[in-house]
Amino acid sequence: MRHLMSPLDFTPQELDRLFDLANDIERNPAEYAHACEGKILATCFYEPSTRTRLSFESAMTRLGGSVIGFADAASSSASKGESVSDTIRIISCYADICAMRHPKEGAPMVAAEKSDIPVINAGDGGHQHPTQTLTDLLTIRSLKGRLENFTIGLCGDLKFGRTVHSLIKALVRYDNIRFIFISPEELRVPDYITEMLKEKGIAFEEVIRLENVMPNLDLLYMTRVQKERFFNEEDYVRLKDFYILNTDKMTLAKEDMLILHPLPRVNEISVEVDSDPRAVYFKQAKYGVYVRMALILTLLKTAERKDALC
Amino acid sequence: MLNVGKIEEGFVLDHIKAGRSLDIYDHLQLDKLDCTVAIIKNARSAKMEKKDILKVECDINMLDLDILAFIDHNITVNVIKNGKIVEKKELALPARIKNVIHCHNPRCITSIEQELPHIFYLADPRKEIYRCKYCEEKYMHSARLM
Repeated sequence: MRHLMSPLDFTPQELDRLFDLANDIERNPAEYAHACEGKILATCFYEPSTRTRLSFESAMTRLGGSVIGFADAASSSASKGESVSDTIRIISCYADICAMRHPKEGAPMVAAEKSDIPVINAGDGGHQHPTQTLTDLLTIRSLKGRLENFTIGLCGDLKFGRTVHSLIKALVRYDNIRFIFISPEELRVPDYITEMLKEKGIAFEEVIRLENVMPNLDLLYMTRVQKERFFNEEDYVRLKDFYILNTDKMTLAKEDMLILHPLPRVNEISVEVDSDPRAVYFKQAKYGVYVRMALILTLLKTAERKDALC
Repeated sequence: MLNVGKIEEGFVLDHIKAGRSLDIYDHLQLDKLDCTVAIIKNARSAKMEKKDILKVECDINMLDLDILAFIDHNITVNVIKNGKIVEKKELALPARIKNVIHCHNPRCITSIEQELPHIFYLADPRKEIYRCKYCEEKYMHSARLM
């Protein structure tokens, strides 16, 4: 039985198979409409996340399966003090697969250790958000046709942005990727990331001004400055509007550059950019459903279900 | 000069950094063993100027080398049988340690989950960096123990 805790849990070859499946689902949705009939996905969300939760629920529903779950800790037994280990043992009796989001880092891993069903990490605090990374990779591969040979700019909150960290770690496994980190000094990418890139001999540069590097980019990954990651309101207010991507800046970009964003956005991408064909962040959300469908199918296949109920 | 007698069976931990012997005593949980333990502090050393030494008379299988290696892999472990050194064990940083150090990340699941062990794995042997299994919080080996 397999779980998904980190995007690196799958080898690049396994990811290729997963993305092939996702693309096949995209082309032939009807063929998969009953693939999970009789199966149940539990969405255990200990902190609110409408987008990711609905994406999982949409994925399972499109596969013909059912969904049970809770959308915040207050409506779960966690409010009565139940541990994650106990909760997952119970959920294992009710469902065939579980997607878990938790504010504490490593909580889905604890669940996976005690679980009889596959567990998908749907975000654990500021740590990992692997299905977002899979979504990003599938979007790039589907729209660029490759996961090698490009220059990617990552812009915004590179310090606390877990999607950025996961994406970098996933992309270093592909050939000839060049990173440009665009952030204010206070939100620079952590040292352990730059040290890892140096050790692997992967080219990167750190800049403050987005305009200076726009013409060099094949991909631009924008991120939101997340209020919930700041202890100090003053710092958040000072940094939240540091970057705003607008049509003026887009005139500097290559014709085929793609803009990605894990969403939700606040002010960092002006609404006027949405109509630019290079803005693919809404398509990205669609790929999020396809990749979660492929993931659910793949993990269910690896699960050795016990026939007897617990 | 203080004289401490030979032991018949057990181990002698030599070249302990001066002042660390009591930490090691605690981490090896020697207080729970019903055996003779000699703690020698600030002994003269040609190599280290000052060092601590621990002599423990017990079954040699009772020593947790992983904990010892994590605390200080430069310690020399002399295994004693019939009053003689029969082996000098080389210590290497263990790949994984359990409940030796605590994860101090308040956002880590170990901070709230009941009876969850604190497990760290050796992420970078060259820089001697351990990371929490659950949240990947960094622990520099040179930092203090829990």
